[in-house]
Amino acid sequence: MDYSITKFLWTLLGLFIVTNWGMLMSSTIRRIGARVSGRIGIPWYQPWVDLTKLYSLKSQVSHGTMFYLGPVFRLMGGVGLFLFLPMIFGSWHWSNYSFSGDLVLILYFQLFGMLGMALGAGEGGHPYSTIGVSRGLAQFTTIEVPMTLAVISIAIQYHTLSISQIVAAQQGGFFTWTVWTNPFATGAAMLSLLGAFGHSPFNLIQAPNEIPIGPPTEYHGVFLGFLRTNNAILHVAEAALFMNLFFGGATNWIELIVKTFLIYFWSVFVGMVFPRFRIEQSVRWFLKIPTLLGILAIVIFL
Amino acid sequence: MEKENKPQDIPVVKTKNFIAPENEKRTVTAPDGSLIEVDPINDYFCQERPEEYKVKSGAVEKFLNWARAESLWVLGFGTGCGSIEIPPLVTPRFDMYRYGVQMRPTPRQSNVFIISGYLSVKTLKRAIRSYEQMPSPKYVIGLGSCTINGGMYWDSYNTINRLDHYLPVDVYIAGCMPRPEALLAGFAKLKELIKAGKAEKANEYIRNLDWYKANQKKIIKDWNMPDYNW
Amino acid sequence: MQQIIQDIESRFTITDKETRRNDLCFLTVDKLQAISLVTYLRDYQGYASLTLLTAVDWIEEGNFQLTYLLNNPSTRTEIGVRTMIDRENATMESTHHLWENIQTYQRELKEMFGIDFPGSPRIDEDFILEGWDNIPPYRRDFDTKKYSEETYFPRPGRETNDPSTYMKSKLYPND
Repeated sequence: MDYSITKFLWTLLGLFIVTNWGMLMSSTIRRIGARVSGRIGIPWYQPWVDLTKLYSLKSQVSHGTMFYLGPVFRLMGGVGLFLFLPMIFGSWHWSNYSFSGDLVLILYFQLFGMLGMALGAGEGGHPYSTIGVSRGLAQFTTIEVPMTLAVISIAIQYHTLSISQIVAAQQGGFFTWTVWTNPFATGAAMLSLLGAFGHSPFNLIQAPNEIPIGPPTEYHGVFLGFLRTNNAILHVAEAALFMNLFFGGATNWIELIVKTFLIYFWSVFVGMVFPRFRIEQSVRWFLKIPTLLGILAIVIFL
Repeated sequence: MEKENKPQDIPVVKTKNFIAPENEKRTVTAPDGSLIEVDPINDYFCQERPEEYKVKSGAVEKFLNWARAESLWVLGFGTGCGSIEIPPLVTPRFDMYRYGVQMRPTPRQSNVFIISGYLSVKTLKRAIRSYEQMPSPKYVIGLGSCTINGGMYWDSYNTINRLDHYLPVDVYIAGCMPRPEALLAGFAKLKELIKAGKAEKANEYIRNLDWYKANQKKIIKDWNMPDYNW
Repeated sequence: MQQIIQDIESRFTITDKETRRNDLCFLTVDKLQAISLVTYLRDYQGYASLTLLTAVDWIEEGNFQLTYLLNNPSTRTEIGVRTMIDRENATMESTHHLWENIQTYQRELKEMFGIDFPGSPRIDEDFILEGWDNIPPYRRDFDTKKYSEETYFPRPGRETNDPSTYMKSKLYPND
């Protein structure tokens, strides 16, 4: 078979695995959250049932073209992040379309879905959507600052912008992981990760009991199904990105599953413990310690 | 310290007008200076009649019905004293999440509307708007005897007596007030109905839309919204 | 409390006085004096907080009774000022310049009893009964049961029992 078609099929299979793992992860996390508060929690297959139902609903209303495109852009953000991310180190099948400068592209894709969602939710016209969007963009801008500083620090440290090479440089053993060789960048990035996953204390964007659900207030049925699919992909892909950058990458799927789960669980763990920040508090928070750590990480490697 | 109380400006006495001020027909000036006629009720709201959703046949419909039954998303809209019976459902004692029942904050994302107790005319108007904004297939649970025959408010000037004259009800839960266990039993009954394919009241509502609308308009005197709220 | 009431009696014509508790007392005054009495209580006696404004329909006497219940937060005492107004053309001076929250009570009374408070902000807007076109429902000549039966499709088959005789026949059938 043609090289490009084979590659495409393998990537599609990877996307399928990642989507399902993301949904299983989200239901597992919700079950853990339920156990923390003494409940049994949702069945493990609940995300698939929800998704089936959402895709079968009759769509009710249109608010214009951008309203349709918002979830599509959001989904593209998650899929794009996945496409250019090498999932398994050293494997041709699971390295997707990673290339020598993929780190910069992935930083861009992190924001891409957010911007698409902002346009779509704005067209929805619900006031709470607009509030959620403005909060989300304000918070995301500040999340990007420590994140970008950490990435620049790593790029200086390893003299490369290719994620595959960064992973390759960490293969010497447990103590060659970036978390030991560059702890400040790891600290900055892991703190900004809390905001990127949108769990409490940084979940004011969707704040279910203040502004009903934020940007997706008007989204229903298929649109909401898109957003949920994207969440599953995005969470795994972002966790995999952090795994590649800071925790030595993965050489097989089991390692990837364990590591992404632990990285995702870090944000859930913090969310279970801390209450929600107001938007100006979270903006200030990201610009203090995480940014300071990021600057420190760059200064050390200059 | 004495706070100075200044009399407020004498308000303009408004005539009884059932169209909200922001929805009134008016002329606005565009940024380039041209005048534009604006009629928000007709411009911003869809006046189309709704259509029934297609019921697929065979195994597909069975599978979809199973998915719909296992994923009931409840609209967080409490209308009467029964709304105090819903919060315990998310506590460890009752825990409705294990049955696939979840709360959603907006009508666009929910399937199940619990009318929890007495429904005054003012709330009925909001309930109709919320119900019509939910995507089909959708289900209504009438909680408490107030929704069945008016309950203890049966002779009140402002609460409805029979919910099924205004919204299509799938499951009634009797009692005043029913305990959260009764609500869980109601969810179980609703699931049973959905899985058997009998919970298609949303289509019935659209088929008999004229009758429902006549009943609704009989008591909602200030009808200032489109006939069907998309 | 007694001191304050004596003060009031020396300034206003109190037609009726009813002391319920040590900290609660109702004074009935003429309609013309009611506003100046509540103003006096608010500005000079410290009864600065309005607990509620409510009305009672005395249909046999052709009157509405208005009650301004005022609270003194420092001494924790309450004084209710009652006044009778005519049932026909029921109007009362608005006191929204004294308490802003009284606007809501006045809107409610306008809607439920048809008592007008000219000049009160938003007095003509609907409060609870949107688009009500009957006589105000809290007036006692409004038959709420008849209205409900005509309007709200009563479900047939409802039995009404007198609770005491019904329970007696259920619990002690031999007596």
